[in-house]
Amino acid sequence: MTDQLLHERSSTPPAAAAGGVAASPPARRRSRFSLLTRRDKILLGVMVGVPTFIHVFFIWLPTILSAILSFTNWNGIGLDRIVFVGTKNYEDLFTGVYAPFWPALQHNLIWLVVFTVLATPIGIFFAVLLDKEIRGTRIYQSALYLPVVLSLAIVGFIWQLIYSPDQGLINSLLGTAKTPEAIDWLGNRDINLWAILVAASWRHIGYIMVLYLAGLKSVDPNLKEAAAIDGATETQTFFRVVLPVLRPINLVVIVITVIESLRAFDLVFITNRGLNGLELLSVLVTNNIIGEASRIGFGSAIAMILLVISVGPIIYYLTRSLKAEQA
Amino acid sequence: MPALALRPRRLMARALVLGAALVLIVAGCGIGATEAPTSVTVGSNYSDEVPKAAFASMLEYCAGETDVEATINTTEHGKFQDSINAYLQATPDDVFTWFAGYRMRFFAGQGLATDISDVWANVGSNYSEAFKTASTGDDGKQYFIPMYNYPWVVIYRKSLFQDNGYEIPTTWSEFKDLAEQMQDDDLVPMAFADKDGWPAMGTFDILNMRQNGYQFHVDLMAGTEKWTDPRVADVFELWKELLPYLQTNALGRTWQEGAQSMINKEAGMYFLGTFAGEQASDPAIHDDLDFFPFPVLGNEWDAENAIDAPIDGLMLSKSPKNLAGAKKLLECVATGEAQIKFLESSPNNVAAAKDADTSGYTPFQKKMAEIIGNSGAIAQFLDRDTRPDFAGGNGMQKFLQDFLADPDQDLNAFLTGIQTFYDSL
Repeated sequence: MTDQLLHERSSTPPAAAAGGVAASPPARRRSRFSLLTRRDKILLGVMVGVPTFIHVFFIWLPTILSAILSFTNWNGIGLDRIVFVGTKNYEDLFTGVYAPFWPALQHNLIWLVVFTVLATPIGIFFAVLLDKEIRGTRIYQSALYLPVVLSLAIVGFIWQLIYSPDQGLINSLLGTAKTPEAIDWLGNRDINLWAILVAASWRHIGYIMVLYLAGLKSVDPNLKEAAAIDGATETQTFFRVVLPVLRPINLVVIVITVIESLRAFDLVFITNRGLNGLELLSVLVTNNIIGEASRIGFGSAIAMILLVISVGPIIYYLTRSLKAEQA
Repeated sequence: MPALALRPRRLMARALVLGAALVLIVAGCGIGATEAPTSVTVGSNYSDEVPKAAFASMLEYCAGETDVEATINTTEHGKFQDSINAYLQATPDDVFTWFAGYRMRFFAGQGLATDISDVWANVGSNYSEAFKTASTGDDGKQYFIPMYNYPWVVIYRKSLFQDNGYEIPTTWSEFKDLAEQMQDDDLVPMAFADKDGWPAMGTFDILNMRQNGYQFHVDLMAGTEKWTDPRVADVFELWKELLPYLQTNALGRTWQEGAQSMINKEAGMYFLGTFAGEQASDPAIHDDLDFFPFPVLGNEWDAENAIDAPIDGLMLSKSPKNLAGAKKLLECVATGEAQIKFLESSPNNVAAAKDADTSGYTPFQKKMAEIIGNSGAIAQFLDRDTRPDFAGGNGMQKFLQDFLADPDQDLNAFLTGIQTFYDSL
């Protein structure tokens, strides 16, 4: 492994590294690649070119355009109406002229913490339990995974039925429904974020559980057996043997948790279009760009901030774990 | 936005459109024997079944009158509004459904609508001056044909008022006395809901117009008056007087739930657009609904008696494929007969045209027409009278919810925040 890497890092052409043919002088350079026919080259060109084009055209180009638009004021009508305003959009965001920004950022972080500290570990815990082949495991599995399959409109409706102050399940059970003492789970801005996080975790736990269960099934039972023979407890076996073996799955789970928390949008939008204590960066982007309001430039500025926040930790984690794998 | 709730019944909706289109084509062919019919496309946001069928029947009627057959392309109500910018810039239909006031003037000002002053020259006499003003762009030309409107009023159940011997209040003190009385009778005096963000705008509008008059509302919405003006603070102070009588937990309640609590006699009254009547699916209960204009405060604006009565209607996109046909269609829609066709299946609105035959109106509609007729000034509604980026979820929807979440906050700081946001746009 290390050997190969060294060669790649040096400027020696790959063919030379392979040895043999490398001895030829520069004049005969062309024949070095004669292993590839003209057709192969075209084919390779297309195979590399098409994805590159798609990547550049659909990912990099819009990103760069958004970055440029974030310095403008534009209502989305007519390209000639784009006005450059410098860093005004960013100033409005950071100085609090646009009040929902800081709460939204804070809510996104709370979301990330709750998912990382609570929802994901619970999902993993359920996966470990279900991996034990307990009776009725498939029923539990389906029940826990059901929220992930349900359409979001239904999920929103279900939780509305549970949380509503007038007709909701919780307030009816507490006997406070339709009274002024009713707890306004989704309307009181001190608690509605937590109420929504319960609903969001409800989905997230099922998602993580299925991912992790698939990973656990692939763990060689001999490893656990060996650990058991060596006198390891269940907990020790899990943390010392299973968890390290599942490194690739752990990586996926962590990346998914981060992505899910940063792009959280749907439940909040269904609940109250992301108003009144449920502000999230993704909702602010939508509220600014979609609709009649169309503050394209301003929305782009929020989108750029969201981009920086999402890309940062993911690049950090990916590079770190890839390096660890290579070492 | 306040007119209709989102109800995704897309598949059924599509089938209906297809059916309606087919009917129209057949109808068009029948008449086409004498004069070749021309075809006009109409972009519609009437995605709910009832208004969709009503809209189709109105255009079918016009196909018979004018030989202009309309093809309706329906988009779900909320989606239509969310994508209106892109829609009007791409290849829009010849005619599209829209709202009067600032929202119309905005697109007219952006050059995305066609001037229809020549149509107004023909149909103008059929509308009152208020409707003409609401249809006129910043350049003094008309861009909009009103179809119908509906007032924001205090809705109640007649039987509840009768059983408890309540009198209709006309002044602020009578209103508060009635509310006290209702509280003694273990009723919530007024239903209140603002989960959707916009219903509270109606309350702000009416308090503002009762306190400061119609012109102040218009100037405040247009940005020529400032939110930091002490007169705006007065409005919020007035609102605080009202708060003890309003249903609590409003921020977690949809207007539909609010209307239900009034319909179920848990709340005595509800200040909302007459579309609240949609929630009374039982016709007997709908007949039991009645309403009165928001009470006056006993100041110089009592005589003006302004009201929010948003107007819905049609506009012409920037370059219609069939300009002559589209204008003929609009002239037909400006007649009372056509508008009544629409309203037959939508009893929570009243026709905009003067010559509409109101003999078929339900008592509910007659009352609406009467209240609108008695109002000296008609406003469109906060989110139709000001710029959309200010009215939306980032702006006034959020600010009014902030106020309701903490009514005792420092009003000066609160209003400065609103003005700073307005200035940043």
